[in-house]
Amino acid sequence: MNVAVLRSMLWIALVVAGPFAAALPALGAEIPPDQRRSGYADMSPDNKAMQDDDTSNPGMLAVLDGEALWGTKAGTANRSCADCHGDAKTSMKGVAARYPVFNAARGQPVDLSQRINICRSQHQQAKPFAHESKDMLALSAYVAMQSRGDPIAPPDDQRLKPFIEKGHALFMQRMGQLNLSCSQCHNDNWGKNIAGNIMPQAHPTGYPIYRLEWQGMGSLQRRLRNCMIGVRAEPYAYGAPEYVEMELYLMQRARGMTIETPAVRP
Amino acid sequence: MAARTLINVPKKAKRGEVITIKTLISHPMETGFRHNTVGLPLPRDIITSFVCTYNGEEIFRAALHPAIAANPFITFHTVATESGRIAFRWTGDNGFAAEASADIAVG
Amino acid sequence: MNRTSLESSQATRRGFLGAVGAALIVRPASATPASMAVAIRQVVGDAEPKRGKVKLNLPPLVENGNTVAMGVSVDSPMTPQDYVKAIHVFADKNPLPNVISVQFGPRAGKADISTRMRLADTQTVVAICEMSDGSFWSDSVDVVITFGACLEDS
Ligand code: HEC
Ligand code: HEC
Repeated sequence: MNVAVLRSMLWIALVVAGPFAAALPALGAEIPPDQRRSGYADMSPDNKAMQDDDTSNPGMLAVLDGEALWGTKAGTANRSCADCHGDAKTSMKGVAARYPVFNAARGQPVDLSQRINICRSQHQQAKPFAHESKDMLALSAYVAMQSRGDPIAPPDDQRLKPFIEKGHALFMQRMGQLNLSCSQCHNDNWGKNIAGNIMPQAHPTGYPIYRLEWQGMGSLQRRLRNCMIGVRAEPYAYGAPEYVEMELYLMQRARGMTIETPAVRP
Repeated sequence: MAARTLINVPKKAKRGEVITIKTLISHPMETGFRHNTVGLPLPRDIITSFVCTYNGEEIFRAALHPAIAANPFITFHTVATESGRIAFRWTGDNGFAAEASADIAVG
Repeated sequence: MNRTSLESSQATRRGFLGAVGAALIVRPASATPASMAVAIRQVVGDAEPKRGKVKLNLPPLVENGNTVAMGVSVDSPMTPQDYVKAIHVFADKNPLPNVISVQFGPRAGKADISTRMRLADTQTVVAICEMSDGSFWSDSVDVVITFGACLEDS
């Protein structure tokens, strides 16, 4: 039996025979603001400790790489991020807490890594970083860490409305061979124990994260791909507008929660 | 990009005090037991040895095996004997070598 | 195949071998308790490790076997006359039994180390310490591995 088949059987076993099967009817109810909690709250004491101590959090290795890249001149423009933005501690503070934002030139929202790549190509005249590349994860972790401790504060921008609504619709829509929506797991069954792990509420507070399963860093898009593959849905390509829409919706849903980048997750 | 290291040694300590040293290094610790998407084995690529010296004298040594997690994290202790340099060296498969050091003032 | 066995075999393989990117799962012969015994024998020679003095710290339940916090401490004064020379850690169901071996001396002040290890399966982990008088002491912990439910590309 091949791995994919085994894995999907496992997923089905989890969902159909799993401890929360009885609760599966889609309720579609949103999580009351005072009951929201980060995936951090669902972790073991060891994993919490790994995230809490910067000298033991492997995500900090990526942040340090990002700090080095921030000061490195690149592209035909031969400019570094620092040449234009100065000290990231001040210029990038709060930025990750409000992304994705509407980009007028493109007529659509862009997330933080897309924004970094706009600077790469337009301002540095350098080759954009590939999605999930070491450099992109490092720079976005460094930029996002400048907002650590800040409340998520999506902009009140009317132009974003239709995209947030699309993201919301995607979150509610059943998908994949398992025919499950994000909401069925993350709104209706959060806090339930599935085979020893706790179903999180799916908040985007810690990205990019160091995930133990990946043994490395990954973006929110990679996390969303994992969940889509889990329900045996065809994941969108990296950078697809659907991901940015979901990111937008997740940020709205987590408004006011605290940025934790670089978070650790199992 | 060279391996990134993150070490934590107290900057100051009292003579005779037991200090905690924490070290973290970026490395995949590829076990040698995995295959890639087309079925080819991924060769073992791990850090095999970690050594710490205090003003040149070896105070701690570890032999690592594939069962050590990616991005090895090791913490241990030493007695702060004198001011000077605490140095770290990691070596491994495929000629891997990385170094880091920190200065400590002992009063 | 019943659900429990599917879960444990699949999940635990994923724990140790689980892919960064997309790697296939292979099934190396895992270390059996017998090969762990051989590995331990290589360290202790003819000596019979006694229970005590050394304490192995591992969580009884683990979310992801890729990275498990592990600590070993030994009750020792760490004086030039009486100190810990080495600590060795073994696991009986990983592909190889050896995990880590550390060497130190009285200058350590405190025989207490920690690291992060991989656990391929629910299994027994053993720590052995070697004292300056040549005696060996041991501790062991049984660890149960659960798993992350969302999957990577395959
Ligand atoms: C030549 C100057 C220049 C360089 C080099 C440059 N940027 Fe920018 N960056 C800008 C300008 C100008 C803006 C604002 C543009 C706008 O609002 O459309 C900006 C905006 C941004 C933003 C969004 C800030 C916000 O408040 O929304 C981020 C994040 C960013 N840059 C990151 C980077 C990173 C990371 C690098 C290095 C890879 C970099 N930039 C290199 C000029 C530069
Ligand atoms: C069958 C249940 C299930 C479905 C459906 C599902 N997820 Fe998940 N999701 C999980 C589990 C379980 C985790 C926790 C990680 C793990 O254990 O693999 C998770 C983790 C997450 C996280 C990470 C939260 C954190 O703390 O970092 C996000 C974000 C997320 N999911 C979003 C989504 C979105 C968006 C969808 C719909 C496209 C979705 N999920 C569909 C089960 C599900």
